[in-house]
Amino acid sequence: MKKKLVSVLLCASMISTVLVGCGSGETSTTDNAAATEDTAAEETTDDAATETATAGDGAVYYLNFKPEQDEQWQTLAKTYTEETGTPVTVITAASGTYEQTLKSEIAKTEAPTLFQVNGPVGLANWKDYCYDLKDSELYTYVKSDDFVLKEGDAVDGIAYCIETYGIIYNKTLLTDYCALDGAVISDASEINNFETLKAVADDIQARKDELGVAGAFASAGMDSSSDWRFKTHLANLPIYYEYKDKGIGSTDAIEGTYLDNYKQIWDLYITDSTCAPALLSSKTGEDAAAEFATGMAVFYQNGTWAYGDITSDGLTDDDLGMLPIYIGAEGEENQGLCTGSENYWCVNKNASEADIQATLDFLAWVVTSDTGRNSLANDMGFVTPFTTFDDGYKASNPLINAADEYIAAGKTAVSWNFSSIPSETWKDNVGNALLEYAQGTGEWSAVETAFVDGWKTEYEAANQ
Amino acid sequence: MEKSIKKYFPIFALPTLIAFTIGFIIPFALGVYLSFCKFTTINDAKFVGIVNYQKIFTDPTFIHALWYTTLFTIVSVITINVLAFTIAMLLTKGIRGTNIFRTVFFMPNLIGGIVLGYIWQLILNGILLYFERTLTFSATYGFWGLIILMNWQQIGYMMIIYIAGIQNIPTDLIEAAKIDGATNGQILRKVTIPMVMPSITICSFLTLTNSFKLFDQNLALTAGAPSNNSQMLALNIFDTFYGRTGWEGVGQAKAVVFFIMVALIAVIQLGVTRKKEVQQ
Repeated sequence: MKKKLVSVLLCASMISTVLVGCGSGETSTTDNAAATEDTAAEETTDDAATETATAGDGAVYYLNFKPEQDEQWQTLAKTYTEETGTPVTVITAASGTYEQTLKSEIAKTEAPTLFQVNGPVGLANWKDYCYDLKDSELYTYVKSDDFVLKEGDAVDGIAYCIETYGIIYNKTLLTDYCALDGAVISDASEINNFETLKAVADDIQARKDELGVAGAFASAGMDSSSDWRFKTHLANLPIYYEYKDKGIGSTDAIEGTYLDNYKQIWDLYITDSTCAPALLSSKTGEDAAAEFATGMAVFYQNGTWAYGDITSDGLTDDDLGMLPIYIGAEGEENQGLCTGSENYWCVNKNASEADIQATLDFLAWVVTSDTGRNSLANDMGFVTPFTTFDDGYKASNPLINAADEYIAAGKTAVSWNFSSIPSETWKDNVGNALLEYAQGTGEWSAVETAFVDGWKTEYEAANQ
Repeated sequence: MEKSIKKYFPIFALPTLIAFTIGFIIPFALGVYLSFCKFTTINDAKFVGIVNYQKIFTDPTFIHALWYTTLFTIVSVITINVLAFTIAMLLTKGIRGTNIFRTVFFMPNLIGGIVLGYIWQLILNGILLYFERTLTFSATYGFWGLIILMNWQQIGYMMIIYIAGIQNIPTDLIEAAKIDGATNGQILRKVTIPMVMPSITICSFLTLTNSFKLFDQNLALTAGAPSNNSQMLALNIFDTFYGRTGWEGVGQAKAVVFFIMVALIAVIQLGVTRKKEVQQ
């Protein structure tokens, strides 16, 4: 009797799981249906009111690359949905995982309609998914073709933010330093080559207690949240100078003529630092930002996008300035900051007709409406390549202004040549070699090998 | 009885069979197929033959990960089982608070691998900081960090299995051995261990496959740093698939090779330990 009862109970529980499984599936579909009905209802009322009939019944799904701006995109998406009724989903990939998130998301039925690539090399992987933006409204606003990615005649990607990086410095601390007895310089503007930069950094490092800092440079962390500052952004300088000497924009084999300069600046970063080189492997991007934001370091290599992170702890606009990254190349007194873009919008051509249209409408709205322009320029702080932003929507923070000042002073901006780096693996290998060299477990020759030989093998692997 | 089993077989087995087919057999077949393809996402696969398999063995990181994983498996299987057995022996002696100890030892097993990885990363980095080192300084630190982590997590679980085995040994066997004048060491070797052989089979199987397939802990603790030197096989496959453009098929091929290896090792191990089991 008892046995029977137990088996009945077991059967009941088994069946209930099955039923619950189906049941929850059903409820969620009804939820979805209800949601679509809701939005549909909204749409019709809105359509009547504003006559944005083109929105149709498409939906936008934006896979955002920049975690710093996630919040602003969410707000913008919500506003757009309220105004037009088109549902906009914004998902942000965690730092450093964009490619893998995109890879799995785009294979889904509900694939992103709007995604990003980081330049020509990134585009090579995704070009089969890119909708031709040649006839889009967005393309008509782009100032020049320098800001788009082209595949023949087709416009596959459009840059939406122009960024600048260099060595951000704490103006107040540097002024304090200049006031010290026997300071190497008397004003920040005197730093216009590697020699002076090194002399200043060395001196600050030697007198760090006097100045109340932990080191001249914020930690050059090689955790994956920070290593791109060195394996990509810093590596851009030796690449830039080599390209410049040869008058080229990309190459299948790099010679590494400026690798000694790369070593010089890397040595400076790891010696005049807030932490011992052996600890770099676990230092994160947040660590470095926090060190700079709390006044423990005077210099911090990063770009305009870091503005929010470093001002969250009490630093004001007056405290911030940006220097070019000097690596000791010939004529670097005239070198400016590194300016370029690695954020290109691409529209997924495999999305449904309606979704593509909805996405194009959304993009046009973002760069023409007041809300969109305000959000991009003022909230997100993007410098954009669109003509629509010329009437008053200009991003402004001391880091962006620094970039403008250098250009106004007649300095040559350094282009972002790292978009021609053959693969992510190249960057990883250079980064690993840099770290091993820094902590003393490897030789500099490993960096040279990864840089020069690695370029060749990776280029061949990517282009076979 | 037999007839009714046959009659009701579909009702009871079908839901599981369907789930198994959807969740395992189909993805597995698809995975094997994809290992012969070149693709960016799984929807645009193009058949390319065995190119992917050829690439596996020209990839030095895979060979390194293979050795690293093998070494890790050997060390962790030995340490986990020896320690778990020792603790099980201690906790079947009837000392005070046995149940509390058992619970405490078992608890780490309830925490997920990723969380454990990050917790231990903080703890170990905190300790290593005194020596100006970090967990990702060299693969050796990562290796022992992983061993400590896995021991901490798995010992409790294996301990429970061993306790069950030890409690199943008839007391008259041990009594008889004692009357015959056997020492404690002799009892352990000649009575206890042969009698708990089924538990040893299960535990070594679990630890072996767990260590060989380890992923979460590896990812959270070191993520393969520095220079992929602390990267184990599963993580190597993941990195190949997601980290390298154009190598998705190679990652898939590695996964197939990996499956064959794990299956082979597990079958051999089961055969060997099964042979040593005795009938009561």
